[in-house]
Amino acid sequence: MRHAERLTHASPARASAWRRCRLLVVALGFLGGVVTSPLSASTADHTKFEELEGPFETGQEVTEACLSCHTEAAAQLMQTPHWTWEYEDPVKGEPLGKKTMLNAFCIGHQSNEAFCAACHAGYGWEDDSFDFTAERNVDCLVCHSAEDYVKPFGLAGHPAYERTEYPPDSGNFYEPTDLVAAARSVGVSSREACGSCHFYGGGGDGVKHGDLDSSLVDPSEALDVHMASDGLNFSCAECHETRDHKVPGSRLSMTASDAHGPIMRGRKDDRNPASCQACHGEQPHDGDLLHSERLNHHAHTLACQTCHIPTFARGGVPTRMAWDWSQATQLDADGNPFKLKNDQGHLTYDSRKGRFEPQENVVPDYQWFDGSVDYIQPDATVTPGETFYVNRFRGTPGSADARIWPVKNFSGRQPYDTENGNLVVMQVGIPNDTSLWFNFDFAKAIQAGMAATDRPFSGQFDFVDTRMTWPITHMVAPAEDALACADCHRPSGRLDEVPGIWLPGRDSNPWVDRIGFGLAGLMLLGSAAHAGTRLITRKRRKGATHD
Amino acid sequence: MTKRIYLFTRFERFWHWSQAALVLILMFSGLAIHGSHSLLEFQAAVEVHEIAAWLLIGLWIFAIFWHFTTGQWKHYIPTLRNIDRMVRYYSYGMFTGAKHPYKITVERKHNPLQRLAYLVIKLLINPLIWISGLIYLFWGSLQGLTPGFLGLQQVAVAHTLGAFLMLAFVIIHVYLATVGHTPLEKIKAMITGWENEH
Ligand code: HEM
Repeated sequence: MRHAERLTHASPARASAWRRCRLLVVALGFLGGVVTSPLSASTADHTKFEELEGPFETGQEVTEACLSCHTEAAAQLMQTPHWTWEYEDPVKGEPLGKKTMLNAFCIGHQSNEAFCAACHAGYGWEDDSFDFTAERNVDCLVCHSAEDYVKPFGLAGHPAYERTEYPPDSGNFYEPTDLVAAARSVGVSSREACGSCHFYGGGGDGVKHGDLDSSLVDPSEALDVHMASDGLNFSCAECHETRDHKVPGSRLSMTASDAHGPIMRGRKDDRNPASCQACHGEQPHDGDLLHSERLNHHAHTLACQTCHIPTFARGGVPTRMAWDWSQATQLDADGNPFKLKNDQGHLTYDSRKGRFEPQENVVPDYQWFDGSVDYIQPDATVTPGETFYVNRFRGTPGSADARIWPVKNFSGRQPYDTENGNLVVMQVGIPNDTSLWFNFDFAKAIQAGMAATDRPFSGQFDFVDTRMTWPITHMVAPAEDALACADCHRPSGRLDEVPGIWLPGRDSNPWVDRIGFGLAGLMLLGSAAHAGTRLITRKRRKGATHD
Repeated sequence: MTKRIYLFTRFERFWHWSQAALVLILMFSGLAIHGSHSLLEFQAAVEVHEIAAWLLIGLWIFAIFWHFTTGQWKHYIPTLRNIDRMVRYYSYGMFTGAKHPYKITVERKHNPLQRLAYLVIKLLINPLIWISGLIYLFWGSLQGLTPGFLGLQQVAVAHTLGAFLMLAFVIIHVYLATVGHTPLEKIKAMITGWENEH
């Protein structure tokens, strides 16, 4: 076991939490009188395979061993975005995917491949020369190993095979990975394995998504009813039901409304198995005479997530709500980069990256969403002084194919080319003379980044406010923690700004109110005047009683 | 000693007071749903409102049955005869000690103004509230089936309008209930059923 000195950013929290989890399982097994394996009841014990006895020099050698039995596995994986980092927008046909897309976090991977490929399911993607057709370059272990298998940043997707100082002369060391142990531990992918990349998007735990972070490795029921380790204990693939290495349920094109019953086993249809309705159907509420029916009707308008994920980043890990690159490159009095933290110990400033806004327990924004997302292409034009939307969720208010969804709206501030008018990519993470994190020079970093994208850079740049929207769909809370009616059905409630609905408690016709209360007021005044006159004239009437 | 007439039967009194209670409850909870006050939390208001609405609907079914089987509906046949005298009495004569122009009998227990007011309630305001309220209640199922101009907005606004008209009626009605020979005379009559003949 090797984990003594790792760069903090290089090691997603995979090892320790998994060990804890395994210990627990073993302990429980003893209590029950049996030692159970943490993996599912597989019919193959990979510790018994000669092919996996090693020794292995490189990850590629492990892959070759895997492929000697799983002959089609690499070919399958190579069809998927986990390998290609490509994706076609089903609406516009534009190329999307990490290979070309820009975002408002680390912006783009071009020119940073060796760094970013730590989260590529392959070995050796360093530059354009990477062979996307070589099956041995596929990394099986990153998804399937249950061991302490870490792909540190900077090694182009390889784990450390020997003790490696990275960056060179930095005094930080990656400890070597035990490839044999990793290979012999393989099985279905754990939450931790998927999370070793997906929890760390944007360059750190919980940074990007807000509903995905390391707290989901061992979540409580309050954090996530499906994944709770002492509850249903779902793996990711329980919903993202994977066939032929194709993992369904991408955020690039989602299933926002799924007005169908549960998916019936065996029936041929191409529905997304990762929607709530795929298991729960479209009428999941029952047993409450007054409300079940009403709640089921709410599902015509609302995504399940809207009520059932009251806040995100609930597991103790903050998510980044804002990132201002323009503040990066400040150095302290000695000319050294520095970091700042807030009272909760969360990073708020890093000379390499700029200023951040980390937040926990965030109340989502809400908007109509039909599942399709409009991403800008890298050459889209920035209007100076205006917020630039890196993506937008599509959805017509009130339409049958859209629902009101909870989202994370992230605010960026990032560099753009003031002459050419487009966002720019920077080289940040490669230890060389041009990377921002090593030289703190924006112009050089942009120059190198744009050169790698084959697009021009005028040499002139400034910063522009950007916006990115993320769907909130994990961290489903127990039913009793769902939103209450009055969270939305009141003035200035959660759906205050959402168009396309008449929301009792929020909406009223001001004229009807004015006239209505006015009329009531007039009646009261009239009655009071009448009563007053009766009182004043009482004496006069005394004599005239007719009884 | 004044002569007394038995004006309101036991069912009529039960109907009147339970309807009054339900309408007040509906008004209170409805205005909470509407956001006009926050003395009742939204979900609780909805629950109260819907239970009370069903009780009221049940009550009305009985009341309609009663009106037709007993012939009591005839009390609401409108008449314009003497209505001017009624108006004059309430706006003037009453202060000078003039005699009430209308003589209540078991056969005609409402004066012409009352007849008209109650008829408006029964034929306009109540149906406006019930119909809009029922559409509102079943909106989840009706959604998409209604003609284009009729959205939840129109239903809710119609219902609210009905509620305000009811509020105006309730205020006037309660006030006029005190305009007897003594302020409580008429209210006692609706409790005991017996009204003094003058
Ligand atoms: C047949 C009887 C009635 C029915 C079926 C009914 C039904 C409803 C329904 C379904 C709502 C929407 C909230 C909810 O789901 O509970 C509502 C709201 C409301 N109701 Fe009623 N109601 C009835 C009688 C009344 C009466 C007698 C009043 C007042 C005199 C009243 C006043 C209101 C008000 C002010 C609202 C709020 C409207 C808004 O802001 O949208 N309702 N009613």
